[in-house]
Amino acid sequence: MLDVIIIGAGVTGSAIARELGRRDRSVLVLEKGPDVCEGTTKANSGIVHAGHDAKPGSMKARMNVLGSRMMPTLARELDFPYRRNTSLVIGFDDEDRKTLEKLKEQGEENGVEGLAIISGDEARGREPNLSKKVTCALLCRTGGIVDPFLLNIALAENANVNGVQFEFGKEVKEIHRERGGFVVKCADRSMYEAKYVINAAGVYADYFHNLVSGRKIHITPRRGQYLLMDKKTAGFVDATVFQCPTKMGKGVLVTPTMHGNLLIGPTAEDIDDKEGTFTTAEGLAEVLEKAGLSADNLPTRQVITSFAGLRAHEDGGDFIIGEVPDCPGFFDAAGIESPGLTSAPAIGVYVAQLITERDHAPEKKNFVAKRKGIPCMATASPEERKRLVAANPLYANVVCRCELVTEGEIVDAINRPLGAKTLDGIKRRVRAGMGRCQAGFCTPKQMDILSRELGIPLEDIVKSGKDAKILCGPTKQADPNGTICFGYTNAADLESRKQN
Amino acid sequence: MADKSYKTVIIGGGPAGLAAASSAVDSGLDAGDVLVIERDNVLGGILNQCIHNGFGLHTFGEELTGPEYAQRFEDKVKERHIPCLLSTIVVDISTEDGKTAREAGREKNPKKIVSAMNKTDGFFTVEADTVILAMGCRERPRGALNIPGYRPAGIYTAGTAQRFVNIEGKMPGRKVVILGSGDIGLIMARRMTLEGAKVEVVAELMPYSGGLKRNIVQCLDDFGIPLKLSHTVIDIQGKERVEAVTIAEVGPDRRPIPGTEETYECDTLLLSCGLIPENELSTQLGVELSRVTNGPVVNESLETSVPGVFACGNVLHVHDLVDYVSEEASEAGKRAASFVLHEGENEEDGTVIPVTAADGVRYTVPSSIRIGHMEDLQRIRFRVGAVFKGASVEIDFNDTVFRSQKKKILAPGEMEQVILKKSDLTGFDGLKSITIRVRKNEDI
Amino acid sequence: MKKTELTCIRCPIGCAITVTQDDDGKVTDITGNSCPNGYKYAANEVTNPTRIVTTTVRVKGGTLPVVSVKTKGDVPKGKMFECVKAINKMEVSAPVAIGDVIVHDVAGTGVDVVATKNVAKAQA
Repeated sequence: MLDVIIIGAGVTGSAIARELGRRDRSVLVLEKGPDVCEGTTKANSGIVHAGHDAKPGSMKARMNVLGSRMMPTLARELDFPYRRNTSLVIGFDDEDRKTLEKLKEQGEENGVEGLAIISGDEARGREPNLSKKVTCALLCRTGGIVDPFLLNIALAENANVNGVQFEFGKEVKEIHRERGGFVVKCADRSMYEAKYVINAAGVYADYFHNLVSGRKIHITPRRGQYLLMDKKTAGFVDATVFQCPTKMGKGVLVTPTMHGNLLIGPTAEDIDDKEGTFTTAEGLAEVLEKAGLSADNLPTRQVITSFAGLRAHEDGGDFIIGEVPDCPGFFDAAGIESPGLTSAPAIGVYVAQLITERDHAPEKKNFVAKRKGIPCMATASPEERKRLVAANPLYANVVCRCELVTEGEIVDAINRPLGAKTLDGIKRRVRAGMGRCQAGFCTPKQMDILSRELGIPLEDIVKSGKDAKILCGPTKQADPNGTICFGYTNAADLESRKQN
Repeated sequence: MADKSYKTVIIGGGPAGLAAASSAVDSGLDAGDVLVIERDNVLGGILNQCIHNGFGLHTFGEELTGPEYAQRFEDKVKERHIPCLLSTIVVDISTEDGKTAREAGREKNPKKIVSAMNKTDGFFTVEADTVILAMGCRERPRGALNIPGYRPAGIYTAGTAQRFVNIEGKMPGRKVVILGSGDIGLIMARRMTLEGAKVEVVAELMPYSGGLKRNIVQCLDDFGIPLKLSHTVIDIQGKERVEAVTIAEVGPDRRPIPGTEETYECDTLLLSCGLIPENELSTQLGVELSRVTNGPVVNESLETSVPGVFACGNVLHVHDLVDYVSEEASEAGKRAASFVLHEGENEEDGTVIPVTAADGVRYTVPSSIRIGHMEDLQRIRFRVGAVFKGASVEIDFNDTVFRSQKKKILAPGEMEQVILKKSDLTGFDGLKSITIRVRKNEDI
Repeated sequence: MKKTELTCIRCPIGCAITVTQDDDGKVTDITGNSCPNGYKYAANEVTNPTRIVTTTVRVKGGTLPVVSVKTKGDVPKGKMFECVKAINKMEVSAPVAIGDVIVHDVAGTGVDVVATKNVAKAQA
């Protein structure tokens, strides 16, 4: 029997895994997807929120402020991109100003430092592209941005290095309480036993909670659609620009990403489909329109991609973190919507503490707190480049030209602990294919490398999930059984089709 | 500082770079003073995957396939012993003193420092008197088109699919919808069909095709593949792999018309929605770009706003035929050689005549002519913004019509050109500007 | 009498050609072409349409898994798929050079299929 099973390898599950790995206990993370960072974590704003939005006293407020404080140290320890770029919540009239003042008070009550109300002109002094109509703004000096993928990946890798096991493609279906622990059954009929189960299942967390508890919770997938712009737009804004929050969330933001792109979004649409991560024409139009209110001359021609993610919104509106009262040994980390990314490190510490209070596992002497990320040739100095290339010539062979990602980095991404097995996995680790051509040129090259490193045929390479195959077979095999292939096998067929 | 020094460094070993290189040598440069830098492990660029025929009629008087056409230019470069660095990526082009050339002043021609890397030489720099930009173009991706829906596998640009099929020998899908009727999309419709896939439909947002007429005939009509003009993709279904694509007719505002939706079951969506010159290096160097072509603004010598930096081929403006790329690149090679060999000469006439596009003409290449640097014949290439039947192409000198040429048809998919004689310009007193425009028939 | 409107595919100009045939199918008039090639194309297209077929052939032991090929001359349009099927059965060993005959007399058309790319032997 294992000590702990965590359901979900998103940022929350991985943060908990990393913290649990500090002590002597057996921990297994079961993830439905093919990789870490496959659910809510893969599609969000990448913001480290200062912590003024959540209601004082709420779990959200507590975790947000703690997480935001932990982030700088964690970023150094685990070597993921993070920057305090500050944030601005902008207002357009007196009513907004009142809201901003309330936010400031709320933030201060939550323990957020460095909040100030500034005038529209001061705001434009900092961000010249802000709308001329902005009259006031709440300046949050502790606001930051992070690479959400690498935060998740770094946490998971470090957990793995410290002995936490991860299994992918494991869709948990059933959880039973048995013999002082839990039996967890997966869709592929595999079974695991553990003393404790931690539910970090994102939009599916209500399903698992409700399996074991009579006190039902309900999570609504709240869709957010985004547009991402070319790095040419770097510097359009330096701070993260929020609009005044509404009941549905923090409104549409305009923010730089850690890599110099410009990101706008999200929408906030409550939907029923927990897999409904598709964009809509209306949603994308709404983002463009609303983001256009924050900044003048938004470079909308520079859009390189759009995407949608689902927030796990629980009816109560707060994070649900802790042992389920009517199911001892089962711990929730549910309803983790924004500011979930910011909060993840704090949630990890908190949940690990709860487990430690129960299992009293001793601290590991050989815990490795530090992780070194994959080198980044694109941002390396000329000296660093020379050093890297001298050590490994593959760092000089560029595969993704838009983001300047080399074969060396891609090989690293594949061969690290919990390495990439898919094109999306490579993309999230080293950004290959994330640039302006969106993998048009480098997809075949990345596939060659994946095939070589993993020893699998090209045809088995997937974008993300197991059915997301890039290719369907070799050429020259048209009409092998005389069935589906060859739309037109002869001239007569062709003629009849043309006449239709 | 630089590891080696060259008279001309050519960025890109595709059709443009190869033609520019051999022309630079034919125009007087020593082969050893010219360097071609190519990011792929072979020369020839995108032609390697364009296995269809139709190349070279203009250049060689015969119909060649892409690889054959590329081989002829590769052979020229080899015969001249011009050094080529393969699998080498240029990461930066700057000027000697760190300033852009424009800052340094037009009189002075600062050396260009080209930083590059590859597996053999690592990270290195070379110095150059002149640089010829020949990096080609890339395809517009799905994201840039704002097509809503899921983001499954099975959505590729036509060029990516072309590489899978023709170079890797792999099929990207079996039931295909194509968005955009650019030439690569049309060519891939036929190619996928011949390899046993079923191409359901080609949807084109515009009311006309962006591709060559002959490709519509022999790639679509021959196989009964419908081309739906004024249609676009409004939804992509399938979470992991494409399962269906919905298209709809669009109105004159290019917005989908409700009620016209049609859903096609398919496993693949190919995109052929336009090409974008790859000018990231040019931008770093401070080269001024045209907002219309996304390529550098050039003068009669195909020289960019940075002295000694030339541009040709699809990095300058997207061409319809590779033959014209070769022609333009040869010109660039010649001009770069002349820049090196005759710097400071030819300055007797400093007049600069702007060449402007108007009325249906989207842009011209070049966009200015220095009469002192003009050769006897000056080619001006351009594209129109809509389909015109029975219209005229008019060349205005100042405000008066200098010449008018009747055209049966003008289409955005096809590049047009006019040729001016030097004597036309020098013989026109007080010439201040040249304008190229489309004059519709009824206006005449 | 029958009139057929064609778009010439002989070169990128794509002339709009009108072919007039008499009741026996004999071509009586061709207009709209701007060169003799266009005339020939139009006359052919209404009586015996032909195409060049380009595709690839599997390569054993080469630096690439397939080599591009073309029919050295026109083949009847109706035989395109037959040609491709015949070509698909082939496999050649590297090295392959431009112009190498890959298939003789493909699908009984009397036309050879030749390689259009050089493919070197892969290094062992």
